[in-house]
Amino acid sequence: MNKDVSIKVCMGTGGIAAGGGEVMAAFDRALTQRGIQASVEKHCSVHQVGCRGFCARDVLVDVIVDGAKATYEYIKPDMVEKIVSEHIVSGTPVAEWLVKDGYDDFHNKQVKVLLADCGELDPEDINAYINRKGYEATRKVLTTMTPRETIDEVKASGLRGRGGAGFPTGVKWESATKVDEPIKYIICNADEGDPGAFMDRAIIEGNPHALIEGMIIGAFAIGSHKGYVYIRAEYPLAVDRLRKAIVDAKAAGYLGENILGTGFDFDIKINLGAGAFVCGESTALMRSIEGRRGMPRPTPPRSTEKGLYDKPTVLNNVETLANVPYIIRNGAAWFAAYGTEKSKGTKVVALTGKIKNPGLIEIPMGVPLRQIVYDIGGGIEGGKRLKAVQSGGPSGGCIPVELIDTPVDFESLAKVGSIMGSGGMVVLDETDCMVNVAKYFLKFTESESCGKCIPCRIGTKRLLEILTRITEGKGREGDIELLESLSYDVMASSLCGLGQSAPNPIMSTIRYYRDEYEAHIYEKRCPAGVCKDLLSYSIVEEFCKGCTACSRVCPAGAIIGEKKKPHKIIQDMCIKCGACFETCKFKSIRKG
Amino acid sequence: MEDKLTAILTRYRENEGNLISIMQDIEHEFGYLREDAINWVSEQLDVPASKFYGIATFYAQFHLKPKGKNVITACCGTACHVKGSERLINSLVKELNIPDGDDTSEDLKYTVEKVNCVGACSIAPVIIVNKAVHGKVTPDKLMKEIKTLKEGPKKEYTDYI
Ligand SMILES: Cc1cc2nc3c(=O)[nH]c(=O)nc-3n(C[C@H](O)[C@H](O)[C@H](O)COP(=O)(O)O)c2cc1C
Ligand code: FES
Repeated sequence: MNKDVSIKVCMGTGGIAAGGGEVMAAFDRALTQRGIQASVEKHCSVHQVGCRGFCARDVLVDVIVDGAKATYEYIKPDMVEKIVSEHIVSGTPVAEWLVKDGYDDFHNKQVKVLLADCGELDPEDINAYINRKGYEATRKVLTTMTPRETIDEVKASGLRGRGGAGFPTGVKWESATKVDEPIKYIICNADEGDPGAFMDRAIIEGNPHALIEGMIIGAFAIGSHKGYVYIRAEYPLAVDRLRKAIVDAKAAGYLGENILGTGFDFDIKINLGAGAFVCGESTALMRSIEGRRGMPRPTPPRSTEKGLYDKPTVLNNVETLANVPYIIRNGAAWFAAYGTEKSKGTKVVALTGKIKNPGLIEIPMGVPLRQIVYDIGGGIEGGKRLKAVQSGGPSGGCIPVELIDTPVDFESLAKVGSIMGSGGMVVLDETDCMVNVAKYFLKFTESESCGKCIPCRIGTKRLLEILTRITEGKGREGDIELLESLSYDVMASSLCGLGQSAPNPIMSTIRYYRDEYEAHIYEKRCPAGVCKDLLSYSIVEEFCKGCTACSRVCPAGAIIGEKKKPHKIIQDMCIKCGACFETCKFKSIRKG
Repeated sequence: MEDKLTAILTRYRENEGNLISIMQDIEHEFGYLREDAINWVSEQLDVPASKFYGIATFYAQFHLKPKGKNVITACCGTACHVKGSERLINSLVKELNIPDGDDTSEDLKYTVEKVNCVGACSIAPVIIVNKAVHGKVTPDKLMKEIKTLKEGPKKEYTDYI
């Protein structure tokens, strides 16, 4: 057998959860058994690759025979044998397991820059990265450019921070160079605290060297010799891969002393976060690296003047830094060709919630939301109707279905009362209650408030109390106005971005779904059928066949009735868990 | 205990660590922040124990009480929330007899931890059972998982002393 065979198994967090490790082992075993591995060692390899964004269909496997690539979805270890014998040995791909139904649309309608290498290269192999022009940008900057030229290039590209605020990266770097101080730091913010967002995790797991390269270039530009990556401990795989990547980069001479013989020294240290959302905020994050309670301080002075250990410090998000090597390699003009006038480049978006194809996608800035939800995401799952898209996490807001043509860029999202944030988008359908969504986010910010400033500590608590009573059917007249005025006060007077943006989910849901709030308060009704206290379940006798399925799943034993006769729910005992509603095949349970 | 702590302190001095990294190492080594361990380190470094407790109560990662043998981490992130994680968590707490306001069962067999997002949102809802990530969890799947936990060989979460 003289074929060139390469097998790529998706081994991101999603791939591993779906059994990627076992699939890889099964390939290894099946190939070794046939002696394929042994006889043509050089020509046949099984690789792990990072997340390619479509974790919902994991385990995804690419089988490339003599350059022809076929991708399989939902692969389990016991399917491997057949793929090896029919596809690799006999040359006919196993048609029924190949990807179908929207897989190509999902990928082809994206524009992949950062994600192009994720899912193609082995993240634990530095040579795989180098073979795809990796570390060329580092070499270019260190050997042919001055710090000034590097900053000008990044400024010209129009790159803006991907961590939330969208601050121009080149300008931030420049301000750090203006302070005369021999010790400076560069920090990568990999805390990714927004729930429902995972682009930074995927980039580190799938292409860690791009981040390292971005940090080296940033450090050179501002004159820093020590960098930190502050990464959440909840991402163990990303931490491991980054650790290995740093060791490999050091061994290859891209990190450490006298990099590439240019006399420039730079090293990176990893700091594990300890589970506090507020530590994503720049001043709090620096306190945390210093080993203290991560509480923000008032600014100015800005971190670029007085940051970590009071030294000038540049803090950038993972995605921001990972863009830098591509900008240097391909030129500022290439980058600026993507996107809109004020938002350049591409953005990685985590598309989740009630969507058919959830996953990680990359689009040029300014693409209409509709294209993301329908063309790439494949529309709403289960044939339900789209209600809204929540963007920007706990600091963000909801974009209602009527505004589905809003372009996704910094300015346009702000105009409709939401934010780009770090790029998490949660799709909500008609069965989601907007008051409950606002309550969910306030519960989050209330518990994550560090407590240093009063408006945030007590304000979020009061806001949550009001929302809670509304969802429990105890809402009072004037509650909506109270929410609005209190939100305004908390936003205006909080110390850091956490409090300043915490009321956003409330403001945006009141703006677009005031009627839903009113239904809860005045009619004691939850239109989406979510808020338990405003719900009751009953059985429609005509439809009930007496199959007893509901009484068997009821955890409270609240459903009685004889076999083949209509059943009944004892309201006093019902805990409103909805188990019967989901179990009934005859649609005879009524919610309302 | 002192040997392990000495090793932690050596590592800390070599790597220019900070109090948080020491505490993460202690938590990792013993499963929680043992009072005697904190006191010992506090004396060695001449840093008041209150500083350690200040940090411990600030960050969600630290535990002042021992964790259960089996640690089940439930994601409460947005994607998991809209996919029904709340119901999964309620049934976990009920099935494993976790007392109200606590996260560990009285027999120290199970800990149910809630986290804000484990970054696997596209396979929401996500539950992690002893470090194995389970995606697209349904109530049925969860019940099966709990059953195996209750009957199966007890997996050790970490070395205990
Ligand atoms: C409460 C709060 C949480 C934040 N969390 C994160 C985060 O998890 N990741 C991140 O990159 N930026 C986060 N930020 C934004 C950072 O403070 C900072 O603006 C960003 O890391 C700067 O990098 P950039 O210019 O590359 O975007 C957060 C801000 C606030 C106020
Ligand atoms: S919200 Fe649960 S994994 Fe992200």
